[in-house]
Amino acid sequence: MKVTVLDANDVVRFDRAERWLHWSNASLFLVLLATGMTLYIPALSSLVGRRVLLKDIHVLSGLLLPLPLLVAYGGSWGGGLRRDVRRLSRWSVDDRRWLTSGGRRGRATMGKFNAGQKLNAIVVAGSIPLLLVTGSIMKWFNPFPLAWRTGATFVHDWLSIALLVVIIGHILKALTDPVALRGMLRGTVPRAVVVREHPRWAAEVEAEGPGGTESRE
Amino acid sequence: MDPAIPDPPVFPVEDRPVGRRLVLGMLGLGGLGVLFGAKVQAGLAAFLRPLTLNDQTGLAALLPSSERFRIYSVTQTMPSRTDAQYRLVVNGAVDQPLELDLADLRDRLPQTRLTRDFQCVTGWRVADVPWRGVTLADLLAAAGVSPGATHVRFHSFDGVYTETLTLEQAQRDDVLVAHEMLGAPVTQPHGGPVRLYVAPMYGYKSLKWLDRIEVVRALDAPTDPGYWENLGYDTDAWVGDSNGLNDAPTT
Repeated sequence: MKVTVLDANDVVRFDRAERWLHWSNASLFLVLLATGMTLYIPALSSLVGRRVLLKDIHVLSGLLLPLPLLVAYGGSWGGGLRRDVRRLSRWSVDDRRWLTSGGRRGRATMGKFNAGQKLNAIVVAGSIPLLLVTGSIMKWFNPFPLAWRTGATFVHDWLSIALLVVIIGHILKALTDPVALRGMLRGTVPRAVVVREHPRWAAEVEAEGPGGTESRE
Repeated sequence: MDPAIPDPPVFPVEDRPVGRRLVLGMLGLGGLGVLFGAKVQAGLAAFLRPLTLNDQTGLAALLPSSERFRIYSVTQTMPSRTDAQYRLVVNGAVDQPLELDLADLRDRLPQTRLTRDFQCVTGWRVADVPWRGVTLADLLAAAGVSPGATHVRFHSFDGVYTETLTLEQAQRDDVLVAHEMLGAPVTQPHGGPVRLYVAPMYGYKSLKWLDRIEVVRALDAPTDPGYWENLGYDTDAWVGDSNGLNDAPTT
């Protein structure tokens, strides 16, 4: 593995595997939302046509959807991701305080992720199997009772609409935060920002020392 | 130690694995949704009906509900024909081939009104849709069906979609050549200016953008028995008694 020692002023926020996961996942979700909305909204359907092709693209992208997560998580390259998954899953008292106060309180012990980012990651992670299973029931409906097909459509539709709102919010937040954008595009964020806004993460980075996983790539 | 970083503060280690619980909770809710979503959706549709019926914005039609039309077309672009351009041809095994314009269909042929459900084979149903047009039986009578005719083939002016019915099915009184639905002229996405409406069968029989009605003595065209039939759907598409489905019949 090639180890690049970073500028002492930078900290790795997302390593290469994590960034690859994020952008593969984002691309698949965008294709799925675009094709899904075209299939779903009558005005768009009549504008675009080509329903069979759109459906094929939608189904194929949907089947691919869990792959990036499995590949990024399972390999020897997945250490950073596995660690971040633990961070995203575990919530402190301050995380709950942060969430219920709309981000005004609970900042003193902020770790690598705030509670909003944790919630976003959890909702996306939970949505992947749900959309995959309900979409599969819609596509291969024959072995199931008729009501399941309607139920699966019901879940798939509402979850997609909720997820669309979440994703739009996620993109808007990212676009207004240059440091966050840099973290996901180039992988690093300034050490000063980490110390100022993520004291708990700063302590973790510090404890690892200059040879720690978050000081190199 | 970097002077910019103060002594690491001590953080409470009472973190709880909320993520796993939330993901499992989502999966559980999703499972319940698959099992009982049909019932929830029917209740929701009934609850929203006062809103959706009087919705001027069209937004209500976008909500996931069993009671919304989903627009399907099989070609690259949605076919278009103005009211003035529109002609309906009735030919094949008939005594008198017809070429009808919209005024013929609206004003010069006997009008029939039907209020019946539209049930799609993919599971959605729109209840109590008002339709107006000429029954296919009246149209066939006007052209005069020749002896030996067995089926009726329908062509769409999308150039691709075709459908067929047996002559007996075609002469039912709930099979309509419709120029109005939902109280207004049939819109382009719904197959306007003129479409077929086969009330007792799944929606794929109700061919949109009706161009030509051809009476035939046998199903022998490469397109027969129809577009979706060639992709595996049943030819006799009775609601609740075909395609392995058991929906309640349309009423």
